[in-house]
Amino acid sequence: MSEQTTVSAEPMATEEPAAGPSPWSRLFLGGVGHNLGLVAVLALLAVVGVATADTFATTANLLTILTSASIIGVITVGATFVIIGGGIDLSVGKLMALASVWATTVATQSFGPWVMVLCALAVGAAGGLLNGLLIAYGRIVPFIVTLAMLISAQGLAERISGRRSQIVTDPTIAAIATTRLLGIPLLVYLFAAVVAIGWVVLNRTTFGRRTFAIGGNPEAARLAGLDVRRHTAALYVVSGLCCGVAAIMIASLTTTGSSTHGTLYELDAIAAVIIGGTLLSGGRGTLVGSILGVLVFTTITNLFVLNNLDTDVQNIAKGAIIVAAVLVQARARRSTP
Amino acid sequence: MTSLLTVRGIVKTFPGVRALDGVDLDVAEGEVHCLLGQNGAGKSTLIKVLAGAHQPDAGELTWAGRPVAFPSPHAADAAGIATIHQELDLVPGLSVAENVVLGHEPSRLGFTRLRDAEALTRGLLLRLGHPEIPPRREVGRLSAAGQQVVSVARALARRARLIVMDEPTAVLDPNEVRNLFRVVRELTAEGVSVVYISHRLEEIREIGDRVTVLKDGATVARDLPARTTPTAEVIRLMTGRPVEHAIPPPSAPPGDEVVLEVEDLAGADFRGVSFTVRAGEVVGLAGLVGSGRSEIVETVYGARRATAGTVRVRGRALRTGSVAAAVRAGMGLCPEERKSQGLLLHESVARNVSLPALGRFARAGFLGPDAESGAARAVMARLDVRPADPSRPVRTLSGGNQQKVVLARWLLHGGGVLLLDEPTRGVDVGARGEIYALIRQLAEQGVAVVVVSSEIPEVLGLADTVLVVREGRVVHTAPAAELDEGKVLDLVMGAAHV
Ligand SMILES: Nc1ncnc2c1ncn2[C@@H]1O[C@H](COP(=O)(O)OP(=O)(O)OP(=O)(O)O)[C@@H](O)[C@H]1O
Ligand SMILES: [Mg+2]
Repeated sequence: MSEQTTVSAEPMATEEPAAGPSPWSRLFLGGVGHNLGLVAVLALLAVVGVATADTFATTANLLTILTSASIIGVITVGATFVIIGGGIDLSVGKLMALASVWATTVATQSFGPWVMVLCALAVGAAGGLLNGLLIAYGRIVPFIVTLAMLISAQGLAERISGRRSQIVTDPTIAAIATTRLLGIPLLVYLFAAVVAIGWVVLNRTTFGRRTFAIGGNPEAARLAGLDVRRHTAALYVVSGLCCGVAAIMIASLTTTGSSTHGTLYELDAIAAVIIGGTLLSGGRGTLVGSILGVLVFTTITNLFVLNNLDTDVQNIAKGAIIVAAVLVQARARRSTP
Repeated sequence: MTSLLTVRGIVKTFPGVRALDGVDLDVAEGEVHCLLGQNGAGKSTLIKVLAGAHQPDAGELTWAGRPVAFPSPHAADAAGIATIHQELDLVPGLSVAENVVLGHEPSRLGFTRLRDAEALTRGLLLRLGHPEIPPRREVGRLSAAGQQVVSVARALARRARLIVMDEPTAVLDPNEVRNLFRVVRELTAEGVSVVYISHRLEEIREIGDRVTVLKDGATVARDLPARTTPTAEVIRLMTGRPVEHAIPPPSAPPGDEVVLEVEDLAGADFRGVSFTVRAGEVVGLAGLVGSGRSEIVETVYGARRATAGTVRVRGRALRTGSVAAAVRAGMGLCPEERKSQGLLLHESVARNVSLPALGRFARAGFLGPDAESGAARAVMARLDVRPADPSRPVRTLSGGNQQKVVLARWLLHGGGVLLLDEPTRGVDVGARGEIYALIRQLAEQGVAVVVVSSEIPEVLGLADTVLVVREGRVVHTAPAAELDEGKVLDLVMGAAHV
């Protein structure tokens, strides 16, 4: 009767602390505490970094890590919402590419930076809305809908750009990536702002609460009177909007809008969410975990670059580290009460 | 009587709860041993220990004269213990036959012999009085009662020496209960032992040989004779106090204002259903499992699309097929299956309870960290949900307490129409009385209540008006005062016409 083991084999994972003594310790227990495994992996990577590369522990390098985490990080925020809500979004990378292309056509650029930003957000939101409507009201599985979106967004981006990289000529947009406040790049602030907003929405609003409910048990949520379909559609819009923000960031960083941006970002984002402890089946997860997941990935890449290793070696190691992180994570959770 | 299983001093703690605190139990060969106790007393936890699904912290098990430990469900299975768990644990995507033989597939050279499995299943289902369940049907598509029958069949297929049944009759109707009891008697005649858990004391009296009573995780009485121990005594042992378990009569007749009007409603499995519920009135739907009762209330609620007819709340027609509209109009439904339809198992009690009323605790969509826990605590106290901690994940609550959480949700929401589908399923005698009193109290406050129940005395005791449903039609409508149990049973079964 093997299936009966599920009764006890269930990890005591996201059990909330009964009554946290203070909000801070609760945040720690709820967010970071359950991600001790990831924190440990990050610490280990840092030790390896310091040991193998003199430049690893410099401020400049740490800011490089954060900057390269910022774009995939913003996308991961959206992906976390979708996955906690019981869905999956494979279209994120190419939706970002499409938004970056549309926002950087000669015509769009002629209207100035605000229109470029609005254009990127609108393209992301519209793509997300189309995903959401097809999934929620058309009742097609998210995997298929967003895979189709990935392909079409790629095609549309190529068509608009004529497969060329479009140079960002607008100085304001170009300046986003080069501006620093108090020595920290503006991109990092943007990343932090999106994470902060995402955290508040997920943990402190009815929208976030309902996202957990719908991912955890859609039938129970429906019978409790939640509009499950509208909410599901909204989750893909959130993801699309994050792609729009990321599009502006990548256009600024690379000074181009291109259909080649964001290739395989969907896998990086999903991997970060999953090693961050969010259930792929929905209903449980934390944004803090996802962000730690992103930081683990970007730190690995950084280590390889500093040590001049090839990308093929990088990818082999990355796969191994994903599995190791999840193992450590699962163990750490079982031992936290 | 030779002893088959002896349990001594079992202790099992979960973070923050001592679920078992010194349990003793003796099961003899060929007897039906009943395990009684309130919701949360530890019955299910004990049988999970026997099934190898939980590891005890202390205590001893003796099996057929030898000390044993069951480190895994597989070990318990190999020793000859089969368990029918309270929460159904079938694999919904597999067929009936595949579920029945799961883990013991008859095979040759590694290939499952599906034909053998199906023949075996067909035989078992026939024995259980359900030849109509096709062995190839996907389990997820069976009714709750059908699934219960399949899990009994699975336990029988094991040819175990001890079969543990955790509230097997909660979803069964009287006919099916009779079938199950016949099979239990056949088993005990062959020397198989049965541990039987139920909150229906009349069943204990009918099928049980000896009774062991648990209270707060400890054995308080052992090996009482099931037939001769007075009910009041058993209840006192379980609850530690004498409990009134009769249904209180209504103190005032219902008002005149019609709150809920259902007119000529039809759905996939029923048609031509019309009834009204006035403020303060309780309307009961009696019928067999599968007669269409649940489909009717779910359609009234908008959870299923109506093919014809209208539903009005206080004179305003509801949009068909929209639960959100029904909830806005003040309706609430406690669904038949709390686990799959009612609860967010991994979320806290507070979050489960506040779900439909969440907007009320928010300011412009923003919620404080524990916005609703005060309100949740208050409704939990009113229903005596145990443990009374709103931050505890619902999945760690006992079955009966989970049921109360679903009720608490609508108590907190506080609309004018309450639809209750099997509201006391799996609820202990004490809590059952509290739920009855609560339904009365809500009715007196002017709530229109619709109750679906397989227990005819419950429908008759609670309802002002009873609708008897058979094969998707309302075959009889009458004031409860004009009916009695025998009459309703006849109508429900279709054996006689009045
Ligand atoms: N996995 C778990 N984690 C924490 N506490 C648990 C867990 N399982 C059970 N409990 C607690 O153990 C106690 C006993 O629960 P159990 O399910 O055994 O009760 P029960 O007697 O079967 O009740 P019911 O009649 O309602 O089914 C309860 O207080 C319950 O909350
Ligand atoms: Mg139980």
